[in-house]
Amino acid sequence: MAQGDYIELHQKRHGKRLDHEERTRKREARGVKKRSKTAKQLRGLKAKIFNKERFKEKVEMKKTLAMHSEKNRKHADEAKVPEGALPVYLLDREAQTRSKVLSNTVKQKRKEKAGKWDVPLPKVRPVADDEIFKVMKTGKRKKKEWKRMVTKVTYVGENFTRKPPKYERFIRPQALRFKKAHVTHPELKTTFCLDIIGVKKNPSSGTYTALGVITKGTIVEVNVSELGLVTNTGKVVWGKYAQVTNNPENDGCINAVLIV
Amino acid sequence: MSRSLIVQFKNSEHEVSGPTVDVPLDSSVDQLTTLLNQILENEERLPYLFYVLKENKQEVEIVDGIHEAISSASHSTETVLSIRFVPQALFRVRPVTRCTATLPAHAEAILTVQFSPNGADLATGSGDTTVRLWDVSSQTPRRKLEGHKGWVLCVAWSPDANLLASGSMDSTVIIWGPREAIRRTHLKGHKKWISSICWEPLHRCRSGQSERLASGSEDCKVRIWHALSGRCEFVLSGHTKAITCVRWGGEGLIYSSSQDRTIKVWSDADGSQVRSLQGHGHWVNTMALSTDYALRCGVFDIQRRTAPSTPAEGKLLAMEMYNTAKRDRPEKLVSGSDDFTLQLWEPATSGKPLSRMTGHQQLVNMVAFSPDQEFIASSSFDKSVRLWHASTGNFITTLRGHVAAVYQIAWSADSRLLLSSSKDSTVKVWELRTRKLKVDLPGHADEVYSVDWSPDGTKVASGGKDKVLKLWQN
Repeated sequence: MAQGDYIELHQKRHGKRLDHEERTRKREARGVKKRSKTAKQLRGLKAKIFNKERFKEKVEMKKTLAMHSEKNRKHADEAKVPEGALPVYLLDREAQTRSKVLSNTVKQKRKEKAGKWDVPLPKVRPVADDEIFKVMKTGKRKKKEWKRMVTKVTYVGENFTRKPPKYERFIRPQALRFKKAHVTHPELKTTFCLDIIGVKKNPSSGTYTALGVITKGTIVEVNVSELGLVTNTGKVVWGKYAQVTNNPENDGCINAVLIV
Repeated sequence: MSRSLIVQFKNSEHEVSGPTVDVPLDSSVDQLTTLLNQILENEERLPYLFYVLKENKQEVEIVDGIHEAISSASHSTETVLSIRFVPQALFRVRPVTRCTATLPAHAEAILTVQFSPNGADLATGSGDTTVRLWDVSSQTPRRKLEGHKGWVLCVAWSPDANLLASGSMDSTVIIWGPREAIRRTHLKGHKKWISSICWEPLHRCRSGQSERLASGSEDCKVRIWHALSGRCEFVLSGHTKAITCVRWGGEGLIYSSSQDRTIKVWSDADGSQVRSLQGHGHWVNTMALSTDYALRCGVFDIQRRTAPSTPAEGKLLAMEMYNTAKRDRPEKLVSGSDDFTLQLWEPATSGKPLSRMTGHQQLVNMVAFSPDQEFIASSSFDKSVRLWHASTGNFITTLRGHVAAVYQIAWSADSRLLLSSSKDSTVKVWELRTRKLKVDLPGHADEVYSVDWSPDGTKVASGGKDKVLKLWQN
């Protein structure tokens, strides 16, 4: 017979002490303080082992608490109707990315008149003349300095022909002429490679706008007919403005954000 | 130079009517109409459409005069020319030109719009789970019917205009009493959303009042309900994929189209399957019956706006109207599919398609027979509406003008005008005579999901993603 269960045997024979319940309750109540005392006093490896055990207990405790609180937790409202209702004939079809109908063309026109837009890059670093233009020395003795070469990316229209060299004050190098821009639609979060139609405004100077210089922050007009945007009157929009967000002369491409 | 030609008139069933007539080559449609009215001894002068018949059963419409038509039909002037005539409606529906009311009330997109058969009421179902009733004459909201727990996908008026059924995303159908604006019965049984509802034609109802309706659902079943007791009479199971469209024909047959590429024909007496129409290569999206207009209008027509006093009288009247519309021909069915084609069927007699109409470059979203059953119009996601001859399925023309997918179409009651709604936020009215755009109706701020022309032809209602209901008028 095992030696260890003499306490149980005694309890079976004579019953528990009369104050048993109270003693256990008090011991349990003291247990917290006792444990805290040990936790403070323990050092070294023993402390490590103790803390590990304690950590496990606490995790277990938190889990139990979470499980109990699950019962009282409020569930998401199941009766809530999802938004974005679709007719029957579109229900089983894959949702296509759709461009929003342009809210107000009138508003856009008014803004156009005032020359002000809500642009993604509101502050643009002014670009000085000497950064954009390189002075070219001409003439037989190379002493004339009236010719300028544009050192930034430019957009040159389809039907542009150069003036005879004698009268050509600004030279826009072939290698820096661009026709396409990578335009991001801010709502659809998609990027399209679109044709540039023109330079609407270079914030640094009117001359740059006239020359078609594209620097960071420039507003360009792009051809969005591929995107299938529609106005309120049901006409297809084909030109929309976009602001350049990178330094094209450094990157070799134009990145822009569509102004919606 | 006045040359002439010998002409034989034939009616729309290709039967010879009247003697052969010697007519001058330069006679116009107007003169032909006068001549034909005399031959047929009509008391009133009726308008007609004329077609030159060629050998290979092709037809060329006479638009200006016989001369142009036979030169385009390459017909010899020395043989007898057969001309088929088709009577047109005596009344004229004037094209809608302006928006008379913009009614914001729904809190979500309007998914479906339907006029009542007498044209006095309008019901819309919306994504905000409500059905709304509108007063058409005063153009004001009348009632808000709440009860669904999901988007209301389809609404259907009973042909006697006494009941309204609405099917929803919460897979139930509710029958409303539109007069008192109360919920009559709540039909539960489907497991998934309701895609289509169709009422029993009035002339087949036992009591002469609308009682039964069929509902098709995404759970591949069609259920036939007794509307007022809420009892489900039959469950038509046989399709293996979602039901897209349900139609209840006037001959006691129920047609259901499904994404499993078939159309099944059921008997409405015992719910047994009569036939399965196979032929499409992809989902069947939509169907239309040649008698749709008569079945929808029930006892009402362009003159008669109030229902007859007793149901029995109404039943007789509906029977009469249906028979006039049917003209002793079997009912035809046209179906449009995701395989870009339409197919014409005669489901009562055969399981083979009469013709297969190809030409669309995108899926066909809706098809509709014209009320006089001469034409079929089909709208497609390829931005076009196409017209076809209803008798043969021959291609007539393409109506281009929308810049995005065309969603729904509706015919005017006189079959002279066609309406189309599109993703490009416009509604357009097309004229059949010129085959051109008649009126462009911009005004919606977003996609137009649903459009309906009132059966009396006076008003058009459209609703879409911009949550407003627009009423259009001449």
